[in-house]
Amino acid sequence: MDNFDVIVVGGGLAGLSAAYTLGKAGIGVLVVERGDYSGAKNVTGGRLYLNPVRKLLPDIWEQAPLERFVAKECIVMMGEDSSTAIELTSRKFAQKPYHSYTILRAKFDQWLADKVMEAGGIIITKNRVDELIMDGTKVRGIIAGEDKIPANVVLAADGVMSLVAEKAGLHQRQKPLDYAVAIKEVIELSPQIIEQRFNLEPGEGTARMYAGAITHGMFGGGFLYTNLSSVSLGLVVRIKDLMEHKPSLEAPQLFEDFKQRPEIKGLIAGGETIEYSAHVIPEEGISGVSKLYGDGILVAGDAAGLALNTGITVRGMEFAIASGVFAAQAIITATKNKDFSAQSLSEYERLLKNSFVLKDMATFKNAPRFLDNPRLMGLYPQAVCDTLEKLMFIGEQPKSRLVGTAMSEMRKKLKLTQLLKDGYNAFRSM
Amino acid sequence: MADLNIKAKLAKDTIKADAERHIKVNAEKCKVCKERVCLFICPARVYTLNKDGEVALELDGCLECGTCRIACAEIEWHYPRGGYGVQYKCG
Repeated sequence: MDNFDVIVVGGGLAGLSAAYTLGKAGIGVLVVERGDYSGAKNVTGGRLYLNPVRKLLPDIWEQAPLERFVAKECIVMMGEDSSTAIELTSRKFAQKPYHSYTILRAKFDQWLADKVMEAGGIIITKNRVDELIMDGTKVRGIIAGEDKIPANVVLAADGVMSLVAEKAGLHQRQKPLDYAVAIKEVIELSPQIIEQRFNLEPGEGTARMYAGAITHGMFGGGFLYTNLSSVSLGLVVRIKDLMEHKPSLEAPQLFEDFKQRPEIKGLIAGGETIEYSAHVIPEEGISGVSKLYGDGILVAGDAAGLALNTGITVRGMEFAIASGVFAAQAIITATKNKDFSAQSLSEYERLLKNSFVLKDMATFKNAPRFLDNPRLMGLYPQAVCDTLEKLMFIGEQPKSRLVGTAMSEMRKKLKLTQLLKDGYNAFRSM
Repeated sequence: MADLNIKAKLAKDTIKADAERHIKVNAEKCKVCKERVCLFICPARVYTLNKDGEVALELDGCLECGTCRIACAEIEWHYPRGGYGVQYKCG
């Protein structure tokens, strides 16, 4: 194999964004992807927020194979036998430039891989990186099967499990407390049916989050995104909670039970499941970010734990794109200086700290602790549904006063001090 | 509880079976393991009990998510070799 300036491990958003930026700068870059094509192993919920990354990959978004722009946002609080939905329909969200799009990764990543090749990058697929070429603590290249390929810098963009970053000693084996498992089905429906069912104009999409009884008090929730001609339906649960829940609940069964809820069933009726997928998500926030650089190595995207769940927005892909671009920029500077030491590559961390990536993660540093609250995933959604149910139901007997109804409902299950504490934590985390 | 036909779900995916086993468990440790979280945590039901009550793996259904590796420190886990395993068309 030839000598490359840079080897990128993993043809996902972080790796491809880095390779595209490097290629444009005339730096020799090789992407090593273990799937049959870029995107073959990649899964999102999902949706991409475009504004933070629009300028980082200039001139490509017009032709990008995105699905629908998100014009409607919906949060659904799920009770055992009831649910309460809050829907935002926004004219702002339906105006160009659209701020958020639904996306299917196999499609998008293959397209981005083509862009990388147009920019001069080389991609080899069906190759798993097994080891790093090490010189003491310095990374000098990769080993994939029989091939030893040296490089000035290796970018570990190999996804959430990042065995490469682990081998380089930049992070430890993941802990169940800090990661959630997501299970998703892509369900095919015609564009017309999608637009009718969700009350959308052509091209418009919706994003829905579901929290409450569907996770049995465990950290997590459901999601639904409309694509052009399919719906992405998924359920996320923290791994530790699933391990400890009594009685034991089976992850794929939890998803199926969610799918069978009347709130979901009608939305996907007549649709055919065309794919079943699973993926792990970093949930620790900024304290879960790995060491970002070493001698001859950088880590980007999910591999570095760059993801942020605030409870209202769940973000990862734009962090992957941005971190890939910043990694490339740091490598471009290092190439100019002919210095690939950890000291030189620390420029990458500086760029991330000055950008939305680590700034947003720092701003919402309390979010994981706030969300780590079984009341949010059980008691509160149920209480909202129960209260509304009582208020809206007319029985045979004279009706009691409204405020009293709501208060007595909450008092049954919750101390006032607890409610105030949760309210304070919500304020702090937002 | 809704009926779960995991085989039918996995049949929707393209999964290229790797003759090399990419996940290994230690039968001795599994025998004495009380929790056996692998049996209910895996989205693809890769882990089942065989007729002798031992943990058995059906790796051809593995979606390579890594949940089992995070949930059980005893699992020896790698991705399938390049060009094998799941090849998502939607993602």
